[in-house]
Amino acid sequence: MATVDLRDVRKVYPGGVEAVKGVSIAIPDKALCVLVGPSGCGKSTLLRMIAGLETISAGSVSIDGRVVNAIGPAERDIAMVFQNYALYPHMKVYDNMAYGLRNRGKAKDEIDRRVRETAEILELGHLLERRPRELSGGQRQRVAMGRAIVRNPKVFLFDEPLSNLDAKLRGQMRVEIKNLQRSLGVTSVYVTHDQLEAMTLADVLVVMNAGQVEQLGNPLDIYEKPASTFVASFIGAPPMNLLKLTRGSNEFAFANGAHVAVAAPAGAAILGFRPEDAEAVPGDQAPQAGLALPAVVEAVEPVGSESFLYCSAAGSRIIVRVPGRATATPGDKLRIGAKSEKLHWFDEAGKRVG
Amino acid sequence: MIGSSPLRRVIAHLLLVVGILIVVFPIYYTFVASTHSLQTILRPPLPLLPGDRFIENYSTALFGGVGRIGGVPVSTLLINTTVMALGIAIGKIVISILSAYAIVFFRFPLRMTFFWLIFITLMLPVEVRILPTYKVMVDLGLIDTYAGLIVPIIASATATLLFRQFFLTIPGELVEAARVDGAGPFRFFKDILLPLSRTNIAALFVILFIYGWTQYLWPLLVTNRNDMNTIVIALRKMISFADADTEWHLVMVTSMLAIVPPIVVVLLMQRWFVKGLVETEK
Ligand SMILES: Nc1ncnc2c1ncn2[C@@H]1O[C@H](COP(=O)(O)OP(=O)(O)O)[C@@H](O)[C@H]1O
Ligand SMILES: [Mg+2]
Repeated sequence: MATVDLRDVRKVYPGGVEAVKGVSIAIPDKALCVLVGPSGCGKSTLLRMIAGLETISAGSVSIDGRVVNAIGPAERDIAMVFQNYALYPHMKVYDNMAYGLRNRGKAKDEIDRRVRETAEILELGHLLERRPRELSGGQRQRVAMGRAIVRNPKVFLFDEPLSNLDAKLRGQMRVEIKNLQRSLGVTSVYVTHDQLEAMTLADVLVVMNAGQVEQLGNPLDIYEKPASTFVASFIGAPPMNLLKLTRGSNEFAFANGAHVAVAAPAGAAILGFRPEDAEAVPGDQAPQAGLALPAVVEAVEPVGSESFLYCSAAGSRIIVRVPGRATATPGDKLRIGAKSEKLHWFDEAGKRVG
Repeated sequence: MIGSSPLRRVIAHLLLVVGILIVVFPIYYTFVASTHSLQTILRPPLPLLPGDRFIENYSTALFGGVGRIGGVPVSTLLINTTVMALGIAIGKIVISILSAYAIVFFRFPLRMTFFWLIFITLMLPVEVRILPTYKVMVDLGLIDTYAGLIVPIIASATATLLFRQFFLTIPGELVEAARVDGAGPFRFFKDILLPLSRTNIAALFVILFIYGWTQYLWPLLVTNRNDMNTIVIALRKMISFADADTEWHLVMVTSMLAIVPPIVVVLLMQRWFVKGLVETEK
């Protein structure tokens, strides 16, 4: 039961690297906040400042209304799940989970009860006497989760907890983490570089870039209205198609000189549309939508349920999603369209307009 | 694997057997000599089979006292040497693991200066600083004491560096997990670092015990009383230039007794090693 408040948090590492450049996020009680961004954007640094593992250069971190800047990790009442699990290799699963409780001076029978309850929830009951090296990757991951849950902390912190699992297990654990977090109702901060994880898990999604918050909000809102070209190309897979436009007299033209009339808002310099919003028709037909770009198919990527056409148009790469099996083959001439309400516009600096 | 053909295997085994014979034969011969009377030993050739004086020779040496070393029984020497070797081994391990812990896991002013200071002492073994150290021991009245035997050689830059290297391989996440779990510096050391260092400690203990057991120069200087001698010093004293003055049968017994404790330590620790190695994992 806790809120987490970050106010203009900054981190300058000794040596001068400014890893976090003023981040403010208010995480409501019981919410799962996901920090997503490319590698090196400062996600882990931010998380570790919430944990108390890294000093805070400026700004404040509050947990449950109390500023914790000067408080050590053990007293912040947080629990963390690490990327490589960080299980104590010489301790049995039971002791791995019990260690934090023992250090807090809990009674033996209470520790035993809580460890067994948690093991029950995570289906670890039969593994309690094993050591970490005798477990599979997925089981280790569960133990790491168990070690966090058993403490019943105010806040869970996850640093890319699923990145060492194979794709199938990752999908399973994603669902499980979400369910656990819901049912336990513990405020959580979850760091990932995987946009799918971010979209599916987040109540509050924070897209970070180069130490700053690029956009913050509900994941679907962000997907539908990316605030910048950075967010547009980071959230959604495959990424949004982005085309540079040059302003003609009072219409837009593509950088390579091809003229396509589109009704663009004032100040727009970049046009974007998602592969799933695009429509491809044979070259001699016109798509129903406003935009109609002549393009050539370069590659086709069948996924099964859908296929992706990698096309080149107006000097840029455009990806189009078509349902099921694609009829187009490389070399085909197409016209690519997109409904005008599905078009996104960005200015010269990449900020959303309209 | 090299050598899968039977011929190669035979050759490999042959070489090993020859090697073992070369190593073992002198020890066996010493043992044989330790079971004969002085007269038999002095009248060559020495028989290749053990004689009938085993119990007599060993009990004389262990409990009776040996003339040339002032009538001190070898059991006293064994106790002295064991105390010194254990003191050196345990002391070195305790001091070096603590210094490595400080250097790797704490940020304190002049940390690297201290690290380099420790490193530089590698260039100052006992032999180099022996006179000043001796003077200090005299001034402190530590001549002919266990403390005098142990303390001056107890600091170990080598062991500190070994522990440091090992500590540096411990993942940062593990340290942080312990911090989040509420383990302070002492708990972290006791609950996590020490158990993880078991194998290293066992290996170092064997090496340092033997190092301590075979010390010669320092014990020679710092002990005057016969009953404070170590077994290596005593062995040297038992041998006279004139063959007739030397009780060779007792020298042989003492030699045999001198190699038993190191062998016991190696054998005991070897089992520990294997256990540790099997369990080691990060
Ligand atoms: N201990 C450190 N000392 C100096 N720079 C660091 C340290 N840790 C991270 N950095 C730098 O801070 C930036 C952000 O790192 P990090 O928070 O780990 O990124 P992310 O988790 O988003 O991949 C990177 O440029 C990284 O090189
Ligand atoms: Mg990271």
